[in-house]
Amino acid sequence: MKAILAAPLLFLRLLYQSVYLALGQIWANKTRSVLTTIGIIIGVASVTSVIAALTGLKAKVLSDFESLGTNKIFIIPHWPRTGRFKHFSWRLYRFHPQQFEGLLERCPSVSDYTLMTERTRTIRYGVRSIDGARVYGINPSWHTIENRSVTVGRPFSLNDEQNGWQVCLITPSVRDQLRLDRNCTGKRIVVGERSFRIVGVVDKRVESGMFGQMGASEEVFIPFPTAWKLWDPWVYAIACCRKPGLSEEAKAELRFFLRQTRRLEPGDPDTFRMEVIEEYLKTFNRVAMGITAVAGGVVGISLLVGGVGIMNIMLVSVSERTREIGLRKAVGARPSAILLQFLVEAVVLCLFGGLVGAGVGQMLTTMIAKIPHANLQMAHIPLWALGISFGFAAAVGVFFGMFPAVKAARLDPIEALRHE
Amino acid sequence: MSTKPDRIIIRLEKVTRIYKVGVESIHALDGIDLQLRRNEYVAVMGPSGSGKSTLMNILGCLDRCTGGTYFLDGRDTTRLGAGGLARIRNTQIGFVFQSFELLGRSSALKNVEMPLIYSREGWWSRRKRAKKMLERVGLGDRIKHRPNQLSGGEKQRVAIARAMVCGPSILLADEPTGNLDSKTSEGILALFDQLHSEGQTIILVTHEESVARHASRIIRMTDGRIFSDMSFEQDRANRASLNGRFGEMSK
Repeated sequence: MKAILAAPLLFLRLLYQSVYLALGQIWANKTRSVLTTIGIIIGVASVTSVIAALTGLKAKVLSDFESLGTNKIFIIPHWPRTGRFKHFSWRLYRFHPQQFEGLLERCPSVSDYTLMTERTRTIRYGVRSIDGARVYGINPSWHTIENRSVTVGRPFSLNDEQNGWQVCLITPSVRDQLRLDRNCTGKRIVVGERSFRIVGVVDKRVESGMFGQMGASEEVFIPFPTAWKLWDPWVYAIACCRKPGLSEEAKAELRFFLRQTRRLEPGDPDTFRMEVIEEYLKTFNRVAMGITAVAGGVVGISLLVGGVGIMNIMLVSVSERTREIGLRKAVGARPSAILLQFLVEAVVLCLFGGLVGAGVGQMLTTMIAKIPHANLQMAHIPLWALGISFGFAAAVGVFFGMFPAVKAARLDPIEALRHE
Repeated sequence: MSTKPDRIIIRLEKVTRIYKVGVESIHALDGIDLQLRRNEYVAVMGPSGSGKSTLMNILGCLDRCTGGTYFLDGRDTTRLGAGGLARIRNTQIGFVFQSFELLGRSSALKNVEMPLIYSREGWWSRRKRAKKMLERVGLGDRIKHRPNQLSGGEKQRVAIARAMVCGPSILLADEPTGNLDSKTSEGILALFDQLHSEGQTIILVTHEESVARHASRIIRMTDGRIFSDMSFEQDRANRASLNGRFGEMSK
């Protein structure tokens, strides 16, 4: 037991002794040490800040994606290019509300869904009107899927749905443009040719800077059955997974369900397609990781250059301190102690450079995040980047410090003491 | 460790050291037999190239002999590896050099502490022992000074303290007064005398008869061989008679 413990303990003492000597040496050569580490400082600073900028960009894109909803599945009718549906009219393969009946019971991974349809209509209230407002037909479950709060009045209920009432929800911008009161519930507006009673005001959609304006902010929502009755429209659906990771299961269940309700034969192609934002997200994530790795790697070359600087100065140090090495050997330093002393010195220099570099990188990152209109507000140094650049700096120290250290350890003490 | 004064501490048996320079081989040491007892004070003398430095390097375990065996304190050093030799240098041998070899950037205390770092002493006991040793060589008030703030004699005292701090069996001094004026040299030699009187075994390499006078035994070397090995009194008588003969011849 004692023998097993002795070796690591010995190594620790050796390491402690080397760190002690190395720190003393670095302290004795302050100016030189600082100058030497500038390469490493620049290297670590640039690696961390480049990664920070890219991470910020990625975080921004991801948060924009997420504002669209990552666990949403868009189900859209799709006209197959082959098979017996090739020449069908759109009325035959569009979605009918009946095709979705019983979906929630049959698709356990789907927590909710809403049928959607949309039109562009002119809205009037008294003498004021809005051209080109978007009018959506929605199910009440839309409220839970889209997560947009109703600030005034009430959301749609099953009553609105089942009775096919001509009621509507409007966005604040509709209200403002029509000069309606803040509490405008009960007022009637004309959508297209028909009159609708306002039951509530729903928040405007979350704007994502990355994708720009996604359609007009003048929106009117009416119950889906009402829209179906009025327009006989083109329909799509948004389903929502129970958990973010379940999109694959949900898609499979939905496909199975829809193929059945749409009476597709086993050999038929799907007459609908499904799109999951999560999948785009995954692809984007992969691409972003790749770009980060490549950019980080290219910038990381500067760390190598810094490492060469360290090696250079360590070589100078070894030849300058030849007599000292000889003396240390004469008073009983083993070759391993000398090797470790110089190696630790190189590594400590690199780690010191890494520390300062990380600080400079943090400063650069703060500055980057402040660049206006660059969408980099979320730039930050991820912990793994710190770990990697520190680890890399230490590795550079070991790698480039090894040659001078071995050179020092191999010196013959007699020759070294005779060295001028 | 036995403190019996007449115990043999160094035994060289037919030690040779051959340097290969191209095809030529130079016999720096050519069959040295030597025995040293504890508490002896030996001066090794000889012209340059006589092999006395090589002998010192081998005695100090800095160099290995190419033939023969070297027992230090009953241990065959020729069988030891680099690590074992380093340990012996650390614990059994103290070196004093002609040019002091102090670390210029470190204080006297740090210089004296250095060998203790390699014998894995703790920080506190290292300091304590180094301080005590510096007091012993008469530099108790100069522990914070750097070598460039010390005189030559003081530097050599620091070097002696460094050599002695691990409590070595033998103290090897290579021309310890070579860089000092005669008055300072006397001080250093007095320190050696004091250490010797306290039981230290000392081996001294020198050119100068005045330095060798302090030793109790004088070994003279030429061409890698021991040419005379006798007590100081015998040596002086011998020299006198030789000088007398040369004197007659020159007449």
